[in-house]
Amino acid sequence: MSRHSLASRHFSQNLAFTMFRLIMLTVLAALGGILIYVFIHGISAISWEFLTSEPTNSMTAGGIFPAIMGTLYLTVGAILVALPLGVAAAIYLSEYATDGRALRVVRLGIQNLAGVPSVVFGLFGLALFVGYFHLGISIAAGSLTLGLLILPTIIGASEESLRQVPSTFREASLGLGATRWQTIRKVVLPAALPGILTGSILGIGRAAGETAPIMFTAATFYTIGLPRSPLDTVMALPYHIYVLATAGTHIEQTRPLQYGTVLVLISMVLGLSLVAIIIRTRMRKTKQW
Amino acid sequence: MVKASAAAQSLEDTQGRPCAKPERPIIEVRGLNFYYGDFQALTDINMTVKRNQVTALIGPSGCGKSTFLRLLNRMNELIPGTRVEGELLFEGINLYDPHVDPVDVRRRVGMVFQKPNPFPKTIYNNVAYGPRLHGLKEAKNLDSIVERSLKSAALWDEVKDILHQSALGLSGGQQQRLCIARAIAMSPEVLLMDEPTSALDPIATSRIEELVKELKQSYTVIIVTHNMQQAARVSDDTAFFYMGRLVEMGPTEGIFTKPQKEQTEHYITGRFG
Repeated sequence: MSRHSLASRHFSQNLAFTMFRLIMLTVLAALGGILIYVFIHGISAISWEFLTSEPTNSMTAGGIFPAIMGTLYLTVGAILVALPLGVAAAIYLSEYATDGRALRVVRLGIQNLAGVPSVVFGLFGLALFVGYFHLGISIAAGSLTLGLLILPTIIGASEESLRQVPSTFREASLGLGATRWQTIRKVVLPAALPGILTGSILGIGRAAGETAPIMFTAATFYTIGLPRSPLDTVMALPYHIYVLATAGTHIEQTRPLQYGTVLVLISMVLGLSLVAIIIRTRMRKTKQW
Repeated sequence: MVKASAAAQSLEDTQGRPCAKPERPIIEVRGLNFYYGDFQALTDINMTVKRNQVTALIGPSGCGKSTFLRLLNRMNELIPGTRVEGELLFEGINLYDPHVDPVDVRRRVGMVFQKPNPFPKTIYNNVAYGPRLHGLKEAKNLDSIVERSLKSAALWDEVKDILHQSALGLSGGQQQRLCIARAIAMSPEVLLMDEPTSALDPIATSRIEELVKELKQSYTVIIVTHNMQQAARVSDDTAFFYMGRLVEMGPTEGIFTKPQKEQTEHYITGRFG
């Protein structure tokens, strides 16, 4: 190999790596820019009172406590809906279903469900849960809608982590005279738990941040006090931001509150992702296979 | 066809020899064929396995010995598209009778796999796994089963102080003995071992071999091995498989010193495989 061609290959390699670095830096800069911008504009609004009191003076003052609680209710509700359904579906797909056309169709359906725009989930939730099941605009209807929205995420993550459980564990368990269900319950599921948890927490992050699915099914502009039952309407952070930014008559006055609310929402979602990462690394450390 | 009947003939010879224990053999195989889809992996296997002995299955890679072993506790049917013909009698019951529950078969016929595969649980919970599956809950009973099984697997002294630590922290050889303890905690009647030392170093291997020789006092052991010295060291009977057929079976000493078939001789003298 001549010197010249070796040098030119090194040159093109360096060129390529430099390009990748630049592209990556651009992406990071965009993300960092958004976070810093929100932080600078929002931090002044954050106070103990902001986090623990209700909005006052037509949203131009006071806090966002009901919206924080509302988002909490909705995401907990969504996870209660999506986790059992999603894990059950993943168990079926990974442990019981045999490969074939039917399974491919089901998989395709789930993948497509993940790609459906969230506003479509909102309208679907409005038609089915609010209308047909007479739940009204409520925490229940919103949780069910958000649950459906994050279902593909949870199924995907759960199926993936079930598949990563070594088949030697299943063989060992079946070889001891366990039924398939005993094997799943006592060996496969515990081993897949970190992945399932990670997927769920990412789902929670998504559910907490979505506006469109809840605007027709759960969220409201303002409530007096906190909701008393799952059939009550509720304030929520993403919807609150939307309202402050578009619907009010004092948009200039609410500007700092908008940024403050955005900062709270971003912190909640990032915090949840961080928890997911910590759980995953912790659990990975204890299992080497 | 000629080969098959010749193999069957030689089996009859070994069966005809006066037996030390006159009782019924624990496993009898008659005219067994096995298919993975269209591929016939085993052809016309006829065999008897004697109680409280170690039977070694030897042969080159892909000869069907592991497939045959996994038929004995119905593990092969976990692979879709497999099919069994013929009879596989365990204590006189055909294991492939439609009324026989594979879960029950696997409780009575234990298995130790090629690679140590302890669960990511504590040492104690690995051994107690099987008994718990079948409803044993009482701590005192479980404790004594765990202790007895670990002692039988020659692991107790090494782990008695760390019973509640993860089994994944043990060495490969210890893990494999743990897997043996886990299998015998079910008090199986037969213990199947699929190349149990192939992933282990020589010292761990010799410990497992010693253990196998002790285990036959309580269990019938069938062991697949690639290592002919191992077969010679641990087994009473040896069966030689080649291309899905049982070529020859008989007392280990006879197989290794005076093989009746040319193929057997070629294999054990290292001319192929």
